[in-house]
Amino acid sequence: MSSKDLILSRVRAALGQQASAEPVPRDYRSAGSLEPDVEMLVDRLVDYKAVVHREQDVAAVAARLQPGRLVVPPGIDRSWLPPGVTLAEDEFTADAVLTAATVAVAETGTIVLDGSPDQGHRRLSLLPDLHICVVRTDQVVASVPDALTRLDATRPLTWISGPSATSDIELNRVEGVHGPRNLHVVLLD
Amino acid sequence: MSTFLGMPATSPPGVGNLRGDEPFPKAARKALANSQLRRNLGHATGTIRRKSGAVISELPDWQELRAAGSALKAATMARLPELLEQLEEKVTAAGGVVHWAADAAEANRIVTGLVRATGQERVIKVKSMATQEIGLNEALEEAGIAAVETDLAELIVQLGHDKPSHILVPAIHRNRAEIREIFLREMPGVDPALTDDPATLAAAARRYLRETFLSTKVAVSGANFAVAETGTLAVLESEGNGRMCLTLPETLITVMGIEKLVPTWQDLEVFLQLLPRASTGERMNPYTSMWTGVTPGDGPQEFHLVLLDNGRTAVLADEVGRQALHCIRCSACLNVCPVYERTGGHAYGSVYPGPIGAVLSPQLTGVEDNASLPYASSLCGACFDACPVKIDIPSILVHLRNEVPHPRAEKAAMAAAAYTMDHPALYTRAQHAAKLSKHAKKLPPPLNGWTASRDLPEPPPETFRDWWAKR
Ligand code: SF4
Repeated sequence: MSSKDLILSRVRAALGQQASAEPVPRDYRSAGSLEPDVEMLVDRLVDYKAVVHREQDVAAVAARLQPGRLVVPPGIDRSWLPPGVTLAEDEFTADAVLTAATVAVAETGTIVLDGSPDQGHRRLSLLPDLHICVVRTDQVVASVPDALTRLDATRPLTWISGPSATSDIELNRVEGVHGPRNLHVVLLD
Repeated sequence: MSTFLGMPATSPPGVGNLRGDEPFPKAARKALANSQLRRNLGHATGTIRRKSGAVISELPDWQELRAAGSALKAATMARLPELLEQLEEKVTAAGGVVHWAADAAEANRIVTGLVRATGQERVIKVKSMATQEIGLNEALEEAGIAAVETDLAELIVQLGHDKPSHILVPAIHRNRAEIREIFLREMPGVDPALTDDPATLAAAARRYLRETFLSTKVAVSGANFAVAETGTLAVLESEGNGRMCLTLPETLITVMGIEKLVPTWQDLEVFLQLLPRASTGERMNPYTSMWTGVTPGDGPQEFHLVLLDNGRTAVLADEVGRQALHCIRCSACLNVCPVYERTGGHAYGSVYPGPIGAVLSPQLTGVEDNASLPYASSLCGACFDACPVKIDIPSILVHLRNEVPHPRAEKAAMAAAAYTMDHPALYTRAQHAAKLSKHAKKLPPPLNGWTASRDLPEPPPETFRDWWAKR
């Protein structure tokens, strides 16, 4: 008997002849039941130590942040690049990364990247110490259920809520471990 | 004999970390003598309870989410064979390879073999309860493969030659001064001027591990959730060490208990709201990674998923105890437990400490191998109230106490009873638990051991204190 057959037969024996489970009550706030609240997103991002820029000129924000060697995904909007910026060859040598996003969740202050051409492969937004992430207000949804309806499960997804942090020392949150220590969000209307 | 082969089985002895070296009361007594430990734990659990309470109160539908989470897990268990096969099919279709491990020894063998096949002698690890449970690091070490823990708390435990004592924060028993000392002593190349400022300690870990992340070609992870419908796996974390392990290496090996499934993509909407708020007390943890098989040009190009039984089917076979498999490892029940707060996690012997450990470990190993754990509780019920998936831990404890073989257990009962009787409020809760007990004529364990030789009146339908409170 293969281990697969063994485990499955054990599971069947363990379950026995039980009646099918109760239906799942979904009385929580479902997708579509709330209006996205951009102010709430800003509030929650700031609460978890992200810096929010509500300006339309991405290049100007990026220039002000003095990104050093900047790496960008292949499909980035070139108008977002500060004039004269030094572009890094790859994420291994970059000081900063500039990406777009797929969805932002107001209630949790979360931004989701899905590896699209304007967001790049996953390690691009992981290795540099500064992540500048551009979010359009029409990408903002109210809640986690809303976000899941907009995402494609088959893509590699990274949900980001503030800069890298840890609660491992006396259960206090401190920012800055292995991921980017600085997260700047540019919110485009 | 083939019918016996397919019967639910407990986790075999001799491998893994589900059994302690000594019974709980004995280990607990030692821990109780350590006042530094108690201060560290009291401080940390107090912090997390406050944070968690604050973010839970922001959600008007927390109780509805708990109800959905609980029902979803029950529905998943009822359809487990079908869902496991669906998961395998989806992961395989997306370029992953699925392995089935009946117990810890088989899982260790599979992972060791997979690492050997890559020719590598070092793996990086994301914190994973399943791999601690099976003793994977020890097995890899025997095979000459170094396993580097990358989670900060796990790193503190590993560098301190210590054992984890909490599900979420394995180094919760250490304060910042102790962590500084461990780093100064054990971390190669550490700045001798290191202070005990948490941000400075975190920065030291960042520097120390960076090169390892960039140069290691194999990673081993656990998983918080697996979606049967899509074959998607999810890891929730804070530091970014998870993202490093899940995206930088060429080969990724994920070890996951068979109970970690959810049926559909939509079902994640419940657990992604419950887990961070109950666990770290955050609206959302800093990073969640989700992946489905292999993505060309992005992340590991070889992906293995090891599905682990190791006693889970034995838990599933117990109609009362099986809800312990609904656990999403948030650790809320540890953080509210008056017994855990005094004894810490090491006293429980198993990698699963606290209230969930007291019901899960004895079921995974067979209750005779962890006979004192069902008594490691005052039955106060705080764990049940805190659990985001509404696992009725007190009822399982009472149920398991009835299954413990007697003589050894009686001593444990005495110890637990003595503890409870010192605390009138806990005694009140124990009386509530008396009504939960199937053996209603006796007081529930632990009190039944204490009163075994005395005559007891029938328990009234409501306790005296309940009755009095209503007047
Ligand atoms: S039993 Fe419930 S509260 Fe305890 S760790 Fe598991 S999910 Fe969390």
